[in-house]
Order: sequence, then C-alpha cells, then structure tokens
Amino acid sequence: MRIHIPTPLRIYTDKQDTVGVEASTVGEALDALTARHPELRKHLFSEEGKLRAFVNVYLNDEDIRYLPEGEATRVNGKDELSIIPSIAGGR
Amino acid sequence: MLKLTEQIYNAIRRHGEETYPHECCGVLLGRSAQDVNEVEDAVRAGNTRTDAAHNRYNIAPQELIGIQRQARERGLDIIGFYHSHPDHPAQWSETDFAEAHWLGCSYVITSVQNGVAQDTNSFLLAGTSEENKAFENEPIEIAVLEAERC
Ligand SMILES: [Zn+2]
Repeated sequence: MRIHIPTPLRIYTDKQDTVGVEASTVGEALDALTARHPELRKHLFSEEGKLRAFVNVYLNDEDIRYLPEGEATRVNGKDELSIIPSIAGGR
Repeated sequence: MLKLTEQIYNAIRRHGEETYPHECCGVLLGRSAQDVNEVEDAVRAGNTRTDAAHNRYNIAPQELIGIQRQARERGLDIIGFYHSHPDHPAQWSETDFAEAHWLGCSYVITSVQNGVAQDTNSFLLAGTSEENKAFENEPIEIAVLEAERC
C-alpha cells in the first residue's frame, strides 16, 4: 500500500512524498514505514508508542483512531494511508 | 523568505475580509527551496471551529488530505498556511505556536480590523522537532506580474 508523507516529514524519507510498503494491517504498514525510516518514529509516536496527539493518520478517508479495529484494521494494496499533522491556531 | 504573487497575496487578504468577524484559513501550495517558500496557489479551507470562529481556526484533516492529493497531482507541495486575526494584530499567538506542527512551513497571518485587511506577516516554523521548534519572522516578497504585451 502507499503511505503519503507530509512536507515536514519528508526529510526523514529521503524526500519521498509517497512510500510504498507491504502490509496486511494499518499497524503493520506504520511499522514497515518506521522500520525503513527509523527517524520518523519519534515524530509520529510518543515514548509510550502512542500516535502523537497532533498527528492524524487516515486510512483513505477514515481517521485510524476511530476505526473499530484501530491499527488491526486490514488493508489491501489499493488502500492509502495519509499522515497529516493538524492545522489549527487562533489569535 | 515567502514569495508570492500580488494576486495570491490579495486573495489571502480578501478571504480574511470575507469571513470577518470570523477567522479564515487556507493552505499555501508551491515549492520549497533553500530559504524560500514559493507559493503557486492559495487554497481556501473551511474553519471547523464554528464554536469559536472569532478567535480560533482548525482545518479538517479530511479536507487537508484532499488538498494534499490535489497538490501532489499538480507537482506542488503544501508549503504553508494562512489565517486571519479579526480585530487583532498580525502576530502569532501562544495558541498558534502550540498548534503549529508543520516544520519548515510558512504561517501567514493577516490582521483584519473592522472588516478591512491591515498587516500581513509570515512566520516560518523553524527547528527540527516539537521540542526545538520556533517561529521566525519571515520576509514576504510580492512578485508583480508583468503586464501582458498587446
Ligand atoms: Zn492566529
């Protein structure tokens, strides 16, 4: 499956905006990504291994936090994961 | 430095006037080079903070994914974001800083006073991680397009 990398994290993926991985679940896909690009791990996950609060990961159009099976959700080669840090603020 | 055309610069400012007294927000697409974020397009986004739109903004991740896809198809990257400060200076706030996570991207803020755009400033989110990030004042260069020849 393909994983889309946001601009600020591409310095850890050799400038690639999309990384292809072999995986059968969402969790495996993220593991494969961070195994290949270990520097990414600390930018995506807290020390306890949880996704950082401001990092959103979407499986196609669904937030993986709200998938009933979470990271165990099965994926196929046509699915896409997008990593999107949040955009917010205010005066 | 943030480089954009006069047309894009004006479009960002107009957006803030249109949504006044609420904050507007949007995404800047373009290319990043050494020390320069060059904007090719500004895409308007919806402000999901309808509970506090006068002083907060948030772009839905679903909308961002669509914008990121659109950028990819056009060979562009997301290189920054913009929002407005209704009746407030064009300076980043503690909230802006705490919620800024796109390192290397430009955060453009326009002050809108009584519905009229005033200052527009850009701040580069510098640093390499959440722990050492910092906003730096970033000069804005406005390119005036040459008039078409007859
Ligand atoms: Zn702000």
